[in-house]
Amino acid sequence: MSARIKPPMGLDNAWWWQMADAGKLGIQRCRGCQTLRHPPRPMCGECHSLEWDAVEASGRGVICSYTVLRHPQFPGYEYPLIIILVDLEEGTRVTSQLVGCAPEDVDFDLPVEMLIHEDPDGFKLPVFKLAGAA
Amino acid sequence: MPVSLKDEAAIAGIGLTEFSKKSGVSELSLAAQCIKAACDDAGVSPSEIDGLVTYTLDSTDEIEVARAVGAADLSFFSRINYGGGAAVGTIAQAAMAIATGQASTVVCYRAMNGRSGKRMGQGVSGEITSSDLIHWSWYMPYGMLIPGSWIAMIANKYMHKYGVTREDLGRVAISQRNHALRNPRAYGYGKPLTMDEYLQSKQIAEPLCLYDFCQETDGGCAILVTSTERARDLKQRPAVIRGVTQASTRGQEQMTSYYRDELLSLPEMELAANRVYAMSGLGPDDIDAACLYDAFTSEIIMQLESFGFCGVGEGKELVREGALDIDGRLPNNTHGGLISEGYIHGMNNIAEGVRLIRGESTGQPSKAVAHVLVSSGVGVPTGAMILGKAD
Ligand SMILES: [Zn+2]
Repeated sequence: MSARIKPPMGLDNAWWWQMADAGKLGIQRCRGCQTLRHPPRPMCGECHSLEWDAVEASGRGVICSYTVLRHPQFPGYEYPLIIILVDLEEGTRVTSQLVGCAPEDVDFDLPVEMLIHEDPDGFKLPVFKLAGAA
Repeated sequence: MPVSLKDEAAIAGIGLTEFSKKSGVSELSLAAQCIKAACDDAGVSPSEIDGLVTYTLDSTDEIEVARAVGAADLSFFSRINYGGGAAVGTIAQAAMAIATGQASTVVCYRAMNGRSGKRMGQGVSGEITSSDLIHWSWYMPYGMLIPGSWIAMIANKYMHKYGVTREDLGRVAISQRNHALRNPRAYGYGKPLTMDEYLQSKQIAEPLCLYDFCQETDGGCAILVTSTERARDLKQRPAVIRGVTQASTRGQEQMTSYYRDELLSLPEMELAANRVYAMSGLGPDDIDAACLYDAFTSEIIMQLESFGFCGVGEGKELVREGALDIDGRLPNNTHGGLISEGYIHGMNNIAEGVRLIRGESTGQPSKAVAHVLVSSGVGVPTGAMILGKAD
C-alpha cells in the first residue's frame, strides 16, 4: 500500500510541517504587527513586514465546514474520509481531517481538539477529533 | 484616455470538434480542428489569424497551433491561468488586443483530452516546489485531491446556512440535462435524468453526488474574436462583447479560498458582476439568458446571487421556480453546460452564449434573447462577459 501524498517542502511552508513533526500545530505570526496568518506567506499583507515567527496553537477550535469524501479512493487514505475546516480559538482557520468519528456524527460548530497522526512511514500531520472523544 | 472594451470587439465565429470520452487524436489535432472550424464559421481564412489565446493548462503551444492551421504572422499571444477561471479571460485578452490594435483576428481556444488524457485532480507532489504547489500541499496530504472535494466544503456550508437541499442541486442537474436532450453534441443527449436517479446516485464528496459533477470530455472549442465593425461584414450575425472582465479578490485562492470572511458567497464573481454591468451599462434585469460556469451544480445557485438575479440566500428559490428552464426567467446553459454537454473548461459555454445571441441554440428560448451573461470558473480567479446583438 502506497502512502499519502507528501507536501513539497519550500522556504515558505517547510517549517509548518517540521512543527507538526515535533507534535505541534503552528500558526505564523507577523513580528511587525503580531497578526496571525494561515496558510503561511513570506510577507505580511497588513504591514508588509518580512519578519515572522510561529506560535503553537492550543489545538482547540470548532468545525466551520466539512465534507465526507467517499469516491474516488486514493491509496494512502482511509475512507470515508472526513475533511474539516477548523476555526481555531486563536482566530485563524485550518484545513484538516476529523478522525475517530462516524460520518453521520460530524456537524457544523462542534468543538474539536488537535492530535498528531503518524503514518506507517513516519510522516506526521495534525488532525482533529471531537472534543472529549477518546 | 482609457479604452473601454464596450462594443469594441465581437465574436464572429465558433468552432468545435466532436465531444467524446476518447478522441483518439492528439490535443494539438483537436486545437487545429476547432480553430479551423471557427474560421469556417466566421468566413475567415486561418491565414488571417494574428492572435492566439489559450489557458496555461492547455498542452498545445500557440506556435504549434499556428503552423498546424497555416496561420502567418502573430502579433499577440497570451495565456490565462487558473483552469476554468480562464474561459472568459481569454476573450478579455482578445478584446483588449483588438481594441488597442495589437491584433485584428484573435482566436481563443481550449483543446483537451480531458477524459482519455490528463484528468483533473490527480494530485501534485514531488521535489519541485513553487507557490502553486505549496498552495495545493495544504490539501493533498489530507486527501483533498479532486476539484469536487474542494468545492464541497463551500457547498456544504452554503447549503447548511440557506436551507439548500440536495433536491435543489438535483433541479439544476435535471434542468441542464433537459437542455442536453435537445443537443446532439451533448453527453446527455438521449439520456434523461430523473430526481430519483439523481438522489440515488453515488456520493462523491458530500453533499455532492455523481450528477453534481461535470462531464470529463475530450474535445476542443475555439472562439474567433475581431472588431465589431469587421464582424458586421462577416458570415455570421456578430455576438458583440458589451462588457468583459477578469476578477480576483482579497484572500483569493485557487479552488479553496477557505480563510477569508466570505465563505457563503463568491466575492470574485461579485466583482466580475459589478464590472461587466458597469462596462455594459446593463443590469440583471437586462440579461435574458445565461451560461453560468457549472463544473458543479452548487456553483449555479451561488452565482444567481453573485450576479444579482436574486437576494442573498435566495438562489434556491429561483431554481425551484424553474428559472433555469427553457421557458424560465433565466434559461441557463441551454446546451447542457459542462454538466451535461461536456467539460471543455468553459469555452463551450461561451460558444453557447454566441448561439443564443444568433438565435441558433438547440435550446433557444421562445422569448427574444438580446443579452447573454457568460461566466468563468467558480472558486478560482474568474471573469464574466455580457454578449449582445450588433446594432
Ligand atoms: Zn504585519
